[in-house]
Amino acid sequence: MFEGYSSSDLIAIFAMQGFAGLILFSVLVLMALGLAIIFGQMGVINMAHGEFMILGAYVTYLCSHFFANHIPALFSIYFFVAMILAFIAAGALGMMVEWLLIRHLYRRPLDTLLATWGLSLILQQTYRSVFGAREVGVTIPDWMMGSLPLTDLIEVPINGLFVMVLTFAIAVAVAILLMKSQWGKKVRAVTFNRPMAGAVGINTERVDRMTFGIGCGIAGVAGAAFTMIGSTGPSSGQLYIVDTFLVVVFGGAASLAGTIASAFSISQAQSLMEFFISGSMAKVLTLLTVVGILMLRPQGLFTLKIRN
Amino acid sequence: MNRVVSQRMFTWTELMGFVVLAALIFVVLPMTMDVFRLNLFGKYLTYAFVALGLVLCWGAGGILSLGQGVFFGLGGYCMAMFLKLEASSPENTAIQSTPGIPDFMDWNQVTYLPWWWEPFHYLPFALVAVVLVPVALSFVIGVAMFRRRVGGVYFAIITQAIAAILTILIIGQQGYTGGVNGITDLRTMLGWDIRTDDAKVILYFVNAVLLFACLFMAHFVRRSKLGRLLIAIRDREDRVRFSGYDVANFKIFVFCLGCAFAGIGGAMFTLQVGFMSPSFVGIVPSIEMVIFCAVGGRYSIFGAVYGTLLVNWAKTALSESFPELWLFAMGALFIGVVLAFPSGVAGLYNDWIETPIRKALRRSRGPVIAEPAVQQPNPAE
Repeated sequence: MFEGYSSSDLIAIFAMQGFAGLILFSVLVLMALGLAIIFGQMGVINMAHGEFMILGAYVTYLCSHFFANHIPALFSIYFFVAMILAFIAAGALGMMVEWLLIRHLYRRPLDTLLATWGLSLILQQTYRSVFGAREVGVTIPDWMMGSLPLTDLIEVPINGLFVMVLTFAIAVAVAILLMKSQWGKKVRAVTFNRPMAGAVGINTERVDRMTFGIGCGIAGVAGAAFTMIGSTGPSSGQLYIVDTFLVVVFGGAASLAGTIASAFSISQAQSLMEFFISGSMAKVLTLLTVVGILMLRPQGLFTLKIRN
Repeated sequence: MNRVVSQRMFTWTELMGFVVLAALIFVVLPMTMDVFRLNLFGKYLTYAFVALGLVLCWGAGGILSLGQGVFFGLGGYCMAMFLKLEASSPENTAIQSTPGIPDFMDWNQVTYLPWWWEPFHYLPFALVAVVLVPVALSFVIGVAMFRRRVGGVYFAIITQAIAAILTILIIGQQGYTGGVNGITDLRTMLGWDIRTDDAKVILYFVNAVLLFACLFMAHFVRRSKLGRLLIAIRDREDRVRFSGYDVANFKIFVFCLGCAFAGIGGAMFTLQVGFMSPSFVGIVPSIEMVIFCAVGGRYSIFGAVYGTLLVNWAKTALSESFPELWLFAMGALFIGVVLAFPSGVAGLYNDWIETPIRKALRRSRGPVIAEPAVQQPNPAE
């Protein structure tokens, strides 16, 4: 397997693949964070999560066009505006969906799966009607182009680095939000024991709506970040949804650390194997391993004790 | 629910259900349709096998599998491999660089027949494989999952992942599986041309007979003690377990049975449509198959058939004239069924037609399959 490669080549290969794995890791974490909040805290399976991401990506796309045409001077920072707008748009849509759809289904988790799948079909077709069936890409600001050469053989693309930094920031923000803020405490209280949380005066319905909204908002930000490393089409969201759910389930629902650990192991395994066997076989092997481990350990890597 | 369980095999309403459905499938459809449309409905009926399996697994057992496309596809591929080998006899494939192997292998520089293709030269083996391969896989999955008390949402997600894995595998191993195009250009079965109009009509009826055999089996399972235990498991799994039953075995059995149905459906699909491809295996078709079952009514075996026919017919009609509308309609269907009609068309029929008539007659006729008033979240999940 390793014949024909010198040791410095091998180190470079592992470093490059490892870095590609880190970008994939950031992508998975970004997608899975929102889902982990919604699935882990509320038990709702949101199959439309990918479509909330795509919404964020389209908002970024519109934003880049607006800045390029009207305020070109600020084009280099349009992305930060787009990110905030993506969060607001996806979050608002999420809260609306929770109010229209999800709140009727809290006791039927499998039915949330079907209903949100229907929602995802509707959103996909809406994107297709509004933005066309072709994939759209955004213009990346100049400072994000190019790559940093570390050694002669190892190069690090700046946009990937940027997405990684962004992921780190968002993950930290979500952790602080959940662990330290008033809202986070309420969310966890509702998760641990809903009737008790209601009894001490927490408006559980409002907490649910906020949780769903913020989960979807994070998906929107993830979509915005995606535009920096790839293009977006109406059905891109569906490509990621299985991976994302596996990440969340593998990590152990309701555990942010577990989500991050499982995203890391899945992405690194996938990326390192990809170099030696074909991409599709690497994916098959990774998924099979994850499914196998889940069969042995259904509760995931990290578990949180929850009272039922 | 508290009615005394009838000892008869069928109640009158169930018998009427069978008769009406048989009249529709064996008489009305063949009389009113040309061969092309009949073949189309035959294709829909192959999905009804899957929906019927889902009624057993999901409606009765409470196990929602989002990977039924996998088992449909496995059955279909087993049949397609036999037909493909017959279509690639050395005479038919004389222009290839290595005659006697399927054309897609030749295109992909595979020069010998893989060992696992060899047994598919024989029809009996292929026919057994159509059922056994899906059952074997579902048994492995069932044992691994149900023994460890994985259920509900986690089961759904894992079966979905399996659908994704199989699709990637089939597409990736192009030389052995035909890749994204699938196994195409199937011609004869033991020398009998399956592409002629006559053959299509015959296959439609074979398919219908098989579907009825499966319907009877499903009905029998639900009438039996096993069926009543399944419903008890769906509603309160822990109580059944505490009563001393090995819950996992019942779940494994019903899951395997549902997957066997799906495999038969897949094989009939291949025969009637003339090809098999990964586009019937993946996540999207698997979830669509769930909606066939949900629209018809997840608690009714007849509902599965009617729901499948209804949704597919609507899909064909809508996507012919308004291709954009179809996804909206499908999405609305998912949401509508879940929010407003959780027990589908069959539930509507029960509430608005059957029950009023029954009340008018003031006679109760046999047991009704209990529908859960409120679905309790399963503590094991």
